[in-house]
Amino acid sequence: MKWKLDKKDFKPFLQSLMVEYDLFAPVQLAEGVSVYKKIDRPDEVDLSSSNTQKPTKEVFFPQSETMFRYEKTGNQHQVTSTEEVERKRVILGARPCDIQAVLLIDQVFSGKEYTDVYYVNKRKATTIIGMACDHPLSPCFCSSMKGGPFHREGSDLLLIDLGEAYLVELLTEKGMTFQKNKFFKEALAKEINSAKEIEERATKKTDGSLPVAGIEKRLDQMMESPFWERVQEKCIGCRICTYLCPTCHCFDIVDEALTNKGQRVRNWDSCLSSLYSQETSGHNPRPTNRERTRQRIMHKFNYFPKNFDRIACVGCGRCIIYCPVNFDIRQTIKEIQNSILQNEK
Amino acid sequence: MTAYILHFALCIEELMMENPYLPIPMVVKKSHLETTDRMLRTLEFSFINEKDAKAFHFIPGQFCELSVFGKGEAPFGIASSPTENGSLKFTINKAGVVTTTLHQIEEGTEVGIRGPLGNGYPMDLFQKKNILIIGGGFAFTTLRSLITFFLHPANRNKVKDITVIYGARTPGLLLYKEELVEWGKRSDIKLVVTVDQGDKDWKGKVGLVPNVLEEVAPSSENTYAVICGPPIMIKFTFPKLMALRFPNERIYTSLEKRMKCGIGKCGRCNIGHLYVCKDGPVFSYAQLEKLPKDY
Repeated sequence: MKWKLDKKDFKPFLQSLMVEYDLFAPVQLAEGVSVYKKIDRPDEVDLSSSNTQKPTKEVFFPQSETMFRYEKTGNQHQVTSTEEVERKRVILGARPCDIQAVLLIDQVFSGKEYTDVYYVNKRKATTIIGMACDHPLSPCFCSSMKGGPFHREGSDLLLIDLGEAYLVELLTEKGMTFQKNKFFKEALAKEINSAKEIEERATKKTDGSLPVAGIEKRLDQMMESPFWERVQEKCIGCRICTYLCPTCHCFDIVDEALTNKGQRVRNWDSCLSSLYSQETSGHNPRPTNRERTRQRIMHKFNYFPKNFDRIACVGCGRCIIYCPVNFDIRQTIKEIQNSILQNEK
Repeated sequence: MTAYILHFALCIEELMMENPYLPIPMVVKKSHLETTDRMLRTLEFSFINEKDAKAFHFIPGQFCELSVFGKGEAPFGIASSPTENGSLKFTINKAGVVTTTLHQIEEGTEVGIRGPLGNGYPMDLFQKKNILIIGGGFAFTTLRSLITFFLHPANRNKVKDITVIYGARTPGLLLYKEELVEWGKRSDIKLVVTVDQGDKDWKGKVGLVPNVLEEVAPSSENTYAVICGPPIMIKFTFPKLMALRFPNERIYTSLEKRMKCGIGKCGRCNIGHLYVCKDGPVFSYAQLEKLPKDY
């Protein structure tokens, strides 16, 4: 059975969520600047943009996050960890590409040997209400990356915008707990059909033709290729593609201190920064933009697949939209696939 | 919020299982300069909580993140051996913010530690084999751990011949000088110490490590080689090992990279798909051969 949520009930629905959960949803900070934020008033929620500027990962892996605070008294340090999540959380309005990305970085942060409790605690406490993508943009290529504008994997509930109402799909056990929600009504057959039409239309709109199959194997042979010289020529190393990438998970750890107290903080970091791999001795294994852009592409399309069996790109298009020099990762993918390898000459 | 006072109560063992980012409290027991250039200092730490001491098990070649509150963390190979109970030693090169603070730190000061991290030397593979240990400069720290471990009466019969070639630029830059003298007197270890340039008091060998290796010419039969040193030493020593017919599978080294988390999350220490912190820092040349030259 499928459900619907009338738009007139949307704000009361959000209000009811906030009683039980910390609600995170897209808000507009300024024109075109849409991010996830903890919602204080349902009015703040703004689902008008195709996708947020900063990805959903930020709710689990904030741009800057305190790991613990310490205070020194005498010779002792009292350490207070900030790993606990006090309330259950709901993320509302996450796009399928971002949810795919969360599933990918889940594997990094959960891990066999060590659990990153800061990420995992938030993740476990969170119910994801996805928002199907009815108007994919031209840089979107989720359909090429094992996803799609209506991809359901990872969503606990999925909302589909029908105009006057949202069609609601309950997809997981967490999702099923919403079955008796007083704002959900049974969807009519015509509404279900209309959702199907929207899905077909949106799916046709996203590019599913990008040739990604076999890219990992090709890159195995391209580490020393002159190709990287060309790739890096355009890049000014501003790092925006890595910060806004929903699968980039690198971070730096620093102490911020006053005299007797302080905190250890982790901040998003980027492999495109020269300091990222710079060692204290002065040695830098990635001394130029060539090695750094290579690292970015190799990590997504070769190293990550080796470790986790999936390409670490979900086709959200952010690195294409926000790149100041119009670097297009789709072009890079095509060039890798079309490049002539040593053994093919 | 979980709050705990480092000095009291609280089972850090459980905390470590839960949160690998929280440092275990330790206290600086001893600190002494190792080298005449005053750049290398060995610090000895002991656990504040008995429980932590009991829960801390490591093998030679593993490392820790040392934490100076307010300054940050940095990774260091463990220089002590698991057979030296109750304390941990690190030899620290004064280079950046954390290491400079550690050089100045007073005995009795509290620091934090996370670890043991990384894989360590392949101790199982070394069983019943000859071990050739080649070290240069201050990369000798985890090699000291390895040597001390195998020289312990309980472990000496685990391996056959132990040959150590250790070189520094000058006699004053050699680490663990007293121990080198002790080892030199023993019959169950063949120790060759060399310097690039001697001084008026130096009566030992003068020569570069690769040349000394050629001269000593240990057999590669049934032998594992472990080599740690500056890149330039490794570059010229490696061909000599090849000439002695050491296969890549039986040459091990320990790599350094800029690290932060130490547990394979923060991303920065990768070489290809492997992370130096989690999949290393110890690698065989057979492994390195298959990885990109990204270090």
